[in-house]
Amino acid sequence: MNAGLPSAADAEALRTRLDQEGESAGYYLNPDLEFARSLTSGLLVNEGRYGYRACPCRLASGDAARDRDTVCPCDYRDADLLAWGSCFCGLYVSAEIREGKTSLASVPERRPPAAERTMAPNAPRLGRALCLPVWRCRVCGYLCARQHPPAACPICKATSDRFEAFA
Amino acid sequence: MEAIGRVPGRVVGSHRTKFYGLSTCVWCRKARQLLEELGAEFDFVYVDLVEGEDREAVLAELARLGRGETFPTVVIDGADCIVGFKPDEIRRALAS
Repeated sequence: MNAGLPSAADAEALRTRLDQEGESAGYYLNPDLEFARSLTSGLLVNEGRYGYRACPCRLASGDAARDRDTVCPCDYRDADLLAWGSCFCGLYVSAEIREGKTSLASVPERRPPAAERTMAPNAPRLGRALCLPVWRCRVCGYLCARQHPPAACPICKATSDRFEAFA
Repeated sequence: MEAIGRVPGRVVGSHRTKFYGLSTCVWCRKARQLLEELGAEFDFVYVDLVEGEDREAVLAELARLGRGETFPTVVIDGADCIVGFKPDEIRRALAS
């Protein structure tokens, strides 16, 4: 499992891309470039190991379905940004931290223990007379009414497997 | 990066310290760096770099501590369990 580290250029390229994508949707990357690059490097290590960008600060199982809630951006990012001003690993931060008004601190883990985790339901439960199923992005809460979830969330760019049936 | 090992430290007769971390985690890097700066002797394990039965054994150790699978976890003298990068708590525990 001791694969080679990604190059500094690759880590920086991913950091830049996530920074641009985030900016357009109201998310901010950690302004500490070295810190952020260290995290994007960790994301690339995990992508090489598992095939997906599992959170570098959480232990991945290697089972895509079990790790899905921790694939960056994780299901817990927005709640942690609101509560602590940064996500669990510190890649994403609030505007206050970005502007240096408050500083980054250790964020407690809000991911439930394995036994209490629920998988995203993937079939809509149409209780009422809706003309289309409603899908919810588990990362940012974006809702859309359509036959299938979009390939990527237009707000936070999470992939279609991060959508759950909402109504 | 070595998955399991021991840093000899500079402080003689000090605490028995164990560091659990992930090789990809920036907070774990900071915690280990602090332990080294403080001259602590410590055993370390990067849980993402151990596999199979070895990983199960480490996870069982963490389960016994009852503080979840969160990294870094620094255990001092088998009792003081510091979860997350909390430099003041680490300094305090090692100074006592």
